[in-house]
Amino acid sequence: MSTPQTLYEKIWNAHVVEQRDDGTCLIFIDRHLVHEVTSPQAFEGLRAAGRRVRRPDLTLAVPDHNLPTTARLDSHGQPIPIADPESAQQLEALERNAPEFGIDYINASDAKQGIVHVVGPEQGFSLPGTTIVCGDSHTACHGGLGALAFGIGTSEVEHVLATQTLQLTRSKSMEVRVEGELRAGVSAKDVVLHITGVLGAAGGSGHVIEYTGSVIRALSVEGRLTISNMAIEHGARAGLVAPDDTTFAYIKGRPMAPSGANWDAAVAYWRTLATDPGATYDKVVSIDAADIAPSVTWGTSPEDVLPITGIVPDPSAFADPSKQEAARKSLDYMGLTPGTRMTDIEVQNIFIGSCTNSRIEDLRAAAEILKGRKKAANVKWAIVVPGSGLVKQQAEDEGLDRIFTDAGFEWREPGCSACLGMNPDKVPPGERCASTSNRNFVGRQGPGARTHLVSPAMAAAAAVTGRLTDVREFAS
Amino acid sequence: MKAISRVEGRAYPVGLKNIDTDVIIPAVWLKTISRVGLGKGAFESLRAVPGNVFDDPEYAGAPILIAGDNFGCGSSREHAAWAMADMGISAVIAPSFSDIFSGNAFKNGLLAIVLPQAAIDRLMEVARTDDIHIDLETQTVTTPFQDRFEFEIDPFRKHCLINGVDEIGLTLKSSDAISVYEAKLSADRPWLAPNPV
Repeated sequence: MSTPQTLYEKIWNAHVVEQRDDGTCLIFIDRHLVHEVTSPQAFEGLRAAGRRVRRPDLTLAVPDHNLPTTARLDSHGQPIPIADPESAQQLEALERNAPEFGIDYINASDAKQGIVHVVGPEQGFSLPGTTIVCGDSHTACHGGLGALAFGIGTSEVEHVLATQTLQLTRSKSMEVRVEGELRAGVSAKDVVLHITGVLGAAGGSGHVIEYTGSVIRALSVEGRLTISNMAIEHGARAGLVAPDDTTFAYIKGRPMAPSGANWDAAVAYWRTLATDPGATYDKVVSIDAADIAPSVTWGTSPEDVLPITGIVPDPSAFADPSKQEAARKSLDYMGLTPGTRMTDIEVQNIFIGSCTNSRIEDLRAAAEILKGRKKAANVKWAIVVPGSGLVKQQAEDEGLDRIFTDAGFEWREPGCSACLGMNPDKVPPGERCASTSNRNFVGRQGPGARTHLVSPAMAAAAAVTGRLTDVREFAS
Repeated sequence: MKAISRVEGRAYPVGLKNIDTDVIIPAVWLKTISRVGLGKGAFESLRAVPGNVFDDPEYAGAPILIAGDNFGCGSSREHAAWAMADMGISAVIAPSFSDIFSGNAFKNGLLAIVLPQAAIDRLMEVARTDDIHIDLETQTVTTPFQDRFEFEIDPFRKHCLINGVDEIGLTLKSSDAISVYEAKLSADRPWLAPNPV
């Protein structure tokens, strides 16, 4: 009998092209997603060296980071140019590079366009058991399908384009087991915020994390993608959820996914991937679902997580002196005083979107809170940015867009939007935003912007009251 | 990659933990299609604070930066490494680095050196007045005060850094092995070929 293996080990072993004596492996990459920000220098490098893209058929390009989320076509159906010249130049570079190197390209006004990490799973491009890379750290997202997916830098983008491989050393493995039953008002986002609070921003460094346990098993694929998406926020190289019937039902029939006899062969293979009984991880962390409340961040690191019922911490209460200093700086930046109840913090901006929370299930959860309600007067800016054109279409078919606009939200075109402050969607300096995105770093949503990370339902609740709010107050 | 084996000079004593990529280079600077010129956006939010070390003439042109745990956490943007190289930094010393940053630094010949917190504390002290020396061959960080700290580095990375190896060129030597793997993959898992979008 062979040695029991983890899901990570199985995927890793299946992708080793060569192993060197020092342990470094040449790993084959099954899927490469390309966007406009981290690719121009890689294509330029290929051109300078006279190299081609080895496997354009395994590569898919779609713009997302720079795109304004306002209308893309004018009244004659013609594309509206991007006003910012630098953003326009990056988009043009991708529009030029993709056909030049023979790569499939989804253009900015295509209904299939969206955030790469929404598009990959939605199109059936991302599959269980595959290796997936993209020049974006939230590539970990695709691990929700049971793929070994991770972010890479531009030099590695160029390396994958040229060779369809990466030189890698194996990471350590960690199991994060979440058992029990989620309490009312607690979503996948709250679970991953809680995990990040428990592990810390560097807790997963050097590890690939497999999320297991009854809570993860019970989640939809959308929820699993949300959790794996934020693996990087606790420092992990990648996140993984073992593929199961829920996964297969999600993938079946998607345009780029296997079909017919190939489908059956694929499912048979995917069923062999789950971690074997008796396989061991380098580290195991257990979390009780009963300990997870609707959560919110107070500081400028995703590890700064509290239950919404909590109070702003006193920096001197942290045991670690460097954390004390970091907390003081965070509170200064966030304009918060220790002892303040989180629910007393007013917000002026609401952002529902990002690769963490812009799928149909996320929009439904927010719309459920907003139905028949309006945003508070002190909320100046509230936007919903669907993760893709197809999510947008589906939401409109379900009438969700009307619920949002009736509540005073703007209904936007898909893209990364206010998650990262590099397109026109920014939070003004000194103002707060209840945001469904993944990072509350200093300046992340714009210079001086103050971010509180929350779930879609919590963002909707904050919009209604104009302050951070316990979504359970809205329980019907 | 340009070859690198030794770095010596002053060091910015930053010391903070969890310095993320948005602090190293904010997203608004990523709208470039070039690898150079990002130094002027580096550490923008830290530089906005009066009295910061980056604008202190004492440290002008320092080739080393000393930081706390989890340096470079966050985004995969290689612009973080490019921005630091553009401002003249050749090495960062910290108790830990994010995995992606560490890889990006390596690809750009920027040394990411891991030393325990006690060594960091001592180097922070030295950095305020004196030079720090890093020798990749002997894997040591030394000071004029007889401090000597040894660090670990992956042997493959060390070889590439010292010899300035073109990693893509190196991998392309394995083209045949990649072709063999691809052929086996098509036979074993034919369903992996995606339908065109």
